[in-house]
Amino acid sequence: MRRTVSYRCTLRGETFTFADLRELLAKANEEKSGDALAGIAARSATERVAAKLALADVPLREIADTPLIDDDVTALIADTHDRATFDREFASLTVGELRELVLGRAFAARWTDEGLARALTPEIAAAVAKLMGNKDLVVAAAPLRTITRLRNTMGQPGVLAVRVQPNHPSDAVEGVLLSAIDGLLFGCGDAMLGLNPVDDGVDSVASVLGGLQDLIGRLGVPTQSCVLAHITTQLEAMRRGAPVDLLFQSIAGTQGANASFGVTLDLLAEGREAVVAHHAEREETFIGEHVMYFETGQGSALSAGAHHDVDQLTIEARAHGVARAYDPFLVNTVVGFIGPEYLADARQINRAGLEDHFMGRLLGLPMGCDVCYTNHADADQNSNDDLLMLLAMAGCQYVMGIPGSDDVMLNYQSTSYHDVAAVRELLGLRPAPEFEAWLAEMGLWADGGLTGGDGPVLDTAARAVAEAAPRELPA
Amino acid sequence: MTGEALTTQDDVRALLTRRAREVTPARIFTGGPEGGYTTTDLLALRADHAAARDAVLAPLDLADPALADIAARHAVFAVDSQAGSIEEHLLRPDLGRRLSDAGRAAITAACTPATDVQIVIGDGLSAAAVHAQVPTLLPLLVAECRQRGWTVGRPFAVRHCRVGVMNDVGDALDPAVVVLLVGERPGLATAESLSAYLAYRPRPGDTDAKRDLISNIHARGLTTEEAVRRIGDLIAEQRALRGSGVAARSA
Repeated sequence: MRRTVSYRCTLRGETFTFADLRELLAKANEEKSGDALAGIAARSATERVAAKLALADVPLREIADTPLIDDDVTALIADTHDRATFDREFASLTVGELRELVLGRAFAARWTDEGLARALTPEIAAAVAKLMGNKDLVVAAAPLRTITRLRNTMGQPGVLAVRVQPNHPSDAVEGVLLSAIDGLLFGCGDAMLGLNPVDDGVDSVASVLGGLQDLIGRLGVPTQSCVLAHITTQLEAMRRGAPVDLLFQSIAGTQGANASFGVTLDLLAEGREAVVAHHAEREETFIGEHVMYFETGQGSALSAGAHHDVDQLTIEARAHGVARAYDPFLVNTVVGFIGPEYLADARQINRAGLEDHFMGRLLGLPMGCDVCYTNHADADQNSNDDLLMLLAMAGCQYVMGIPGSDDVMLNYQSTSYHDVAAVRELLGLRPAPEFEAWLAEMGLWADGGLTGGDGPVLDTAARAVAEAAPRELPA
Repeated sequence: MTGEALTTQDDVRALLTRRAREVTPARIFTGGPEGGYTTTDLLALRADHAAARDAVLAPLDLADPALADIAARHAVFAVDSQAGSIEEHLLRPDLGRRLSDAGRAAITAACTPATDVQIVIGDGLSAAAVHAQVPTLLPLLVAECRQRGWTVGRPFAVRHCRVGVMNDVGDALDPAVVVLLVGERPGLATAESLSAYLAYRPRPGDTDAKRDLISNIHARGLTTEEAVRRIGDLIAEQRALRGSGVAARSA
């Protein structure tokens, strides 16, 4: 029942027409180099605002009834849409009216109590984000909390969690553990100890998983580990005896882009099921079944040539729709990693970080952000500081902690242990409750802040590092 | 790190710190949580980022003192991709993958077609890497090829170059193997890291699946001598396979 509706707006005497919803959404987007590269961006500042004006009057029912792409992601989004609640609460509103509703003081309580997240579709979340200013994106996201549990609890008000990202140029377990220990001393690591491996081989991945698990076990840290290899590699390592806490995968908002990552929706579902069963066999305590960890980011579909002329913000929202179907523990937009052909500079990166975070929150995701940039983008650590502080104010679920902000394996810059400690202090934010209690027990945390001491952590950590050895797995 | 007596917390921290310096380049155990980085650490980060930014924005210049001698000795000349400026190069990778019309005409006029090996130099995302590595790498590579009995085309440089430009080179000159020496995206550790991409008879539409790669060529990574040996071996392998990349190896 695909309908083709064209849209029109006259602004300051000039009339703009937009052939269909896809074109309208693209042209209403804030400026992004990736949309320009795709040839779908507004051709002038005035056309961009005209598109926003036209979009503001589009009824949400029309967006829900107009699939932009014919693929399995669209089918998944339709299958997981709470249509009855949508029809009752949202269908007759326009995008502009939804913006005002979401910014209203009463919305967050209703969103929580009535489970409104699943009544909203990704395309609607993208549409409303296009009408929001940066401050709107912060203000609207802050009260929308999604709680998730695995070996600890994410998402409570006042919590800013941190993934320790202890990457190493050759995945050497000793070096990885030393970076992780430094993070723990800064109160980081409650979201996870999560390594991006150089080597996607099963043995190497299992070796790092074993080393991280050993450290967690010796120190009794209430947290989870992850090695961000391809999903099939992690599942094979698990099958051969490696401990998998979180199952990671990069995902995107179209079937074609997911295929370029080597994943299908069935594979995600099967992987999730296998890890839940694996946890039932483990001796450690798991307090929830949020076992998935996803990473997303604007531009990946265009990069794979699988964007179907849909703008990168809308496709990012569709990736969130994929994530939501598998009850993730955390979702992370790796916002500035993709490069300047998609997000040209600090202004575009910071805007995209706020957009992705807001859309994820509205859709009910435990949304975090890798606040980051590459050295060929027109951004720097100052602009990175800005986005970190804005997202912390927006209630961001978690951010990265990387030694000195310098990822020595992926060669980009993110946020550091020092950065996160300072921002928690500034805004009175805390680690996850179980992790905070552990920090206090170890003498690392008191009166709502770091003590600056090493506690007994260093001794135990030194032994863990000394005894770290590559593990042999059965074939 | 076993076997040492650990008496105080300070001893343990000193030991871990010393060990950390040996086993990882990560910036760990750099100081307490209060007030952020030490001024020294903050400015070290800024200096490394500055070097990376300068490397990205620097032009590839054959007249630069670092390159002038070697460019003269091997009659290296420079052409442009379709990206007309550094900004366009960074924002429009599609243009950096194509030779400009003038560039294509220039290489067609100046280079011998259908050689065994055609070497191309590209700035990629770091002209600094080209300036640092190519003066030693290029003469060694040319000598290696000649020693193995292969004909070598006249080398040239492409300004505002992306890896995909190899397809246009293959289309214009039809060498058996194109070797592209191209600057990598700088990290904070080094802005001087070079990659060598190799493709057997590349043609428009080819992707990375039909290319082989040797990366991390710089002072603290792969040495130029080792890189040249590996490039030579890869050329030999591609000639034997009559193909390149995972596409050829999985066939």
